[in-house]
Amino acid sequence: MDRNSNNYTFIYASVMVILVAAILSIAAIALKPMQNKNTEIEKKQNILASVNIETTAKDAEQVYAEKIVNSYVVNSEGEVVEGDAFTVDLKVQKAKPLEQRLLPVFECQTETGLKYIFPLRGAGLWGPIWGFVALNEDLNTIFGANFDHQGETPGLGAEISTPGFEEQFTGKSIFDASGKLVSIIVAKSSESAPEEHKVDAISGGTITSKGLEQMLLDDLTSYQKFITRKKS
Amino acid sequence: MSEKEALFSKKNLKLLTDPLNDSNPITVQVLGICSALAVTAQLKPAVVMSISVIAVLAFANVIVSLLRNTIPNRIRIIVQLVVIASLVILVDQILKAFVYDVSKQLSVFVGLIITNCILMGRLEAFALGNKPWQSFLDGLGNGAGYAWILIVVGFFRELFGSGSVWGYRIVPESWYISNGGFYENNGMMILPPMALIVVGIIIWVQRGRNRKLIEN
Repeated sequence: MDRNSNNYTFIYASVMVILVAAILSIAAIALKPMQNKNTEIEKKQNILASVNIETTAKDAEQVYAEKIVNSYVVNSEGEVVEGDAFTVDLKVQKAKPLEQRLLPVFECQTETGLKYIFPLRGAGLWGPIWGFVALNEDLNTIFGANFDHQGETPGLGAEISTPGFEEQFTGKSIFDASGKLVSIIVAKSSESAPEEHKVDAISGGTITSKGLEQMLLDDLTSYQKFITRKKS
Repeated sequence: MSEKEALFSKKNLKLLTDPLNDSNPITVQVLGICSALAVTAQLKPAVVMSISVIAVLAFANVIVSLLRNTIPNRIRIIVQLVVIASLVILVDQILKAFVYDVSKQLSVFVGLIITNCILMGRLEAFALGNKPWQSFLDGLGNGAGYAWILIVVGFFRELFGSGSVWGYRIVPESWYISNGGFYENNGMMILPPMALIVVGIIIWVQRGRNRKLIEN
């Protein structure tokens, strides 16, 4: 058959496209359950990492079941509403106005008491950044934090997901003495800010650092009424 | 070409070794520069990217070589692109399902493989006119030629830009000015322009040593 005829070209292209589409769809469907499982395990690992519990992909599920004693969803008024905290998609929730958002809360039992874990989501330089922040029982001091990102620059913005950066958050307070929510200020070491609210920004990763600061402020603000309610 | 050529005949071995030096895809043909700049701020992503490119290039070369007598001439570029894109998606899906950590490490870089000019270049220039085995060797060779440049660049950029190699600290913490020392990381090393300069230095050294590459 003439390899340069129109018919041959059309048939070749059609067969190729159908074949490739079939192979890729089969691969995607067949691997989907495993991929979902992986993302689920990763989320559990991240939640546990925010309370400084290191897990491997193998034992994450078991440790999660042991340590996370309670999880629920609240609204912006701080009332518990129906929903499964683990499956709440923050990307969807953050697109809604604050009053309609579902805000997940995880409670973790550790050796040093009960910790409250709040998920976070914001914008970095190249894409979304997200994470979990764990507060002590006083709902003021940070016990631990875990951040992750989609595509921040390695060596610069991507440093937010390194232990060196995350460890800085431990022991910082989110409320000032008068009870006002100031969240955490991510600033250069030369900038002046109250030490109890300040962590060092990443040099060369200013936009990611500022995005992280904004994310903490926004998301902690949405939990403010829940926190007030819990405290009283 | 004789009917029964040894698998590793001199000619075939040359396919494997030539791209490492005399016809290196990055330093001589100057292909695939964009990804070389993007992923080399640290050594680890550079190595992972290298391995993925070697794998995709070798398989794409074999597949196109097997199809070479059936591909209609007018849509050959599209066919090549479809082969590359499906392989990359397949690799990405498999990584996500079985080695999730590695796939996270690679993130956007896997997608970048599709746009790597080395792949299209080798398919068009070599696989379309050669047998599968030779194409396989050519893919491996060119992938390795790409890989070693990436690894060298990644090594120096991470060492001078972050003071570490493969995530392990090399420059002692106490040397840094912030800790009372005298040393400061070179922030420029982390940014893409410096990758270009490092590649330039490699080209310079290579030309200095390899007389064949000097134009008259």
